[in-house]
Amino acid sequence: MTSRVSAITWNTFREAVRDRVLYNLVLFVLLLVGSAPLFSEISIGLEKLMLVNVGLSSISLFGVIIAIFIGIGLVSKEIEKKTLYTILSRPVRRWEFIVGKYLGLLLTLAVNATLMAVGFYAALLIFVHGLTAADASLLVAIYFIILQFMMMIAITLLFSTFSTPLFSAIFAFALFVIGTFGNDLKNFAAMSKGPNKLLITAASYVLPNFASLNVISQAAHNQRVGGQMILLNTGYALCYSIAVTVAAILIFERRNLK
Amino acid sequence: MTRQGKVTAICAVLFVALFAGSILSRQRVEAASGSQASLDEVLYLPSGKTIKKLSLGYSSLLADIYWTRAVQYFGAQHIGGTQHYELLAPLLEITTDLDPNLIVAYDTGSIFLSQQQPDGAGQPDKAAALVEKGIHANPSNWRLYFTLGFIHYTDRHDPKAAQEAFQKGSEVPGALPWMKAMAARMAERADDPATAASLWQTIYDTTKDSGLKNTAEKHLLSLRVESELNELERRANAYYDRHNAYPEEWSDLIREGLLRGVPVDPNGAPYKLRLDGTVQVQNPQDFPYLERHGAPAK
Repeated sequence: MTSRVSAITWNTFREAVRDRVLYNLVLFVLLLVGSAPLFSEISIGLEKLMLVNVGLSSISLFGVIIAIFIGIGLVSKEIEKKTLYTILSRPVRRWEFIVGKYLGLLLTLAVNATLMAVGFYAALLIFVHGLTAADASLLVAIYFIILQFMMMIAITLLFSTFSTPLFSAIFAFALFVIGTFGNDLKNFAAMSKGPNKLLITAASYVLPNFASLNVISQAAHNQRVGGQMILLNTGYALCYSIAVTVAAILIFERRNLK
Repeated sequence: MTRQGKVTAICAVLFVALFAGSILSRQRVEAASGSQASLDEVLYLPSGKTIKKLSLGYSSLLADIYWTRAVQYFGAQHIGGTQHYELLAPLLEITTDLDPNLIVAYDTGSIFLSQQQPDGAGQPDKAAALVEKGIHANPSNWRLYFTLGFIHYTDRHDPKAAQEAFQKGSEVPGALPWMKAMAARMAERADDPATAASLWQTIYDTTKDSGLKNTAEKHLLSLRVESELNELERRANAYYDRHNAYPEEWSDLIREGLLRGVPVDPNGAPYKLRLDGTVQVQNPQDFPYLERHGAPAK
């Protein structure tokens, strides 16, 4: 079982790495990070702040774009090229296929994020002339971005199991936007009354919350993110991602592929 | 059970457990970070005009979001009891920059701003400026002139400015006839409880905001009590004129035919008669806007 899942994971990763679009996006992020000091030329006292804000925002945004655009094709492309039938005709179970695809894309994004983070730290080293102990806290922001990727991959994969690539992309992006307003949705629920309160509260738990995973602003201002927060957010992202992946498996198991 | 059935059953159980786990962990995250954590970042871009440029044409939607944030912020400070309203004026400024036609933000937002603490931010000058901005952007909305006049009269204590606002508003096509009456009454002296009651009654009858309605109701009750206290003191003085001494109990006034029974406030609590002929309420906290007779300072 493990070998079958790891084989699919590895193949998904290799396929993603072969995709030139991916390199373009990573290159674009590195260029953006490199150009951040140019933006700060026209302001005062923003050199590091601008670099951190642009750098981390780019890693997050482009990572999400990669997650969506590769994720939407994970299942549908295999069906379109009819390679899925070849895979499933071997002793590979459908849930192993989904889990393998999920882990493959997660590995791709983790490697990308690591590369972009290395570029980001290199830019910090060059433009801010050195790193301090406080800069280690930026790693927490990058870790939270990877948690975001985990959730986004699961969401995209879920849509990919029953929808066309175009609609999957639209749905996934819409959920990403809604998720960034996760705290506002919860506040709306708190302010509502009657059936609306119940409905909005339920929606706020069903929909992802990316707001608490966005600590870019705190990181830019060297504000420490507590250990408890790291632990709780990890728990949330893990539970939500696995729950959505399990939902994807449930749909894919029942899907008629004939 | 078939293999597919087993997988489905396991997945269903896993899904329920993990989804419950995600809700629990999210609740813990929210508890640890505080529900209003995002509000600190609201003013990261302090200019509404900048946000408008960045909104890619969706400024109206953003204005709705900012208005909701302003309401949440006000509610959180108000209910939470912290009563620090520093962000309220900038939030309303951003909201109205994003959507200059969002009347509710001027109308209700300015009342939030102008009301004295603890019911509002106690910034009547900023409130008046906000409504003037609204009038500039929406000159045909007579209701904004009413709000401006109301703020000038009740919180800025400037009946002349209030009269001007009501007068200008009454000239806007479609303005209700009582705007002219308001302008005339404003021309009279300040501290006129009847006018204040008339203004609060209009707010009470026309507002859609339940919080503001509640505040208007409290004001109306306090004004009614104020009027009753004045009348009772007038009768105590009438007793003094006859006996050269103030009444010691309500029964003294009843015996003299100056009262029919023991007077009670709108909540049914008897008024307190003091030896110097002044009258007080039993429970001043029930009438937060009562400015005299032992009521707590606003």
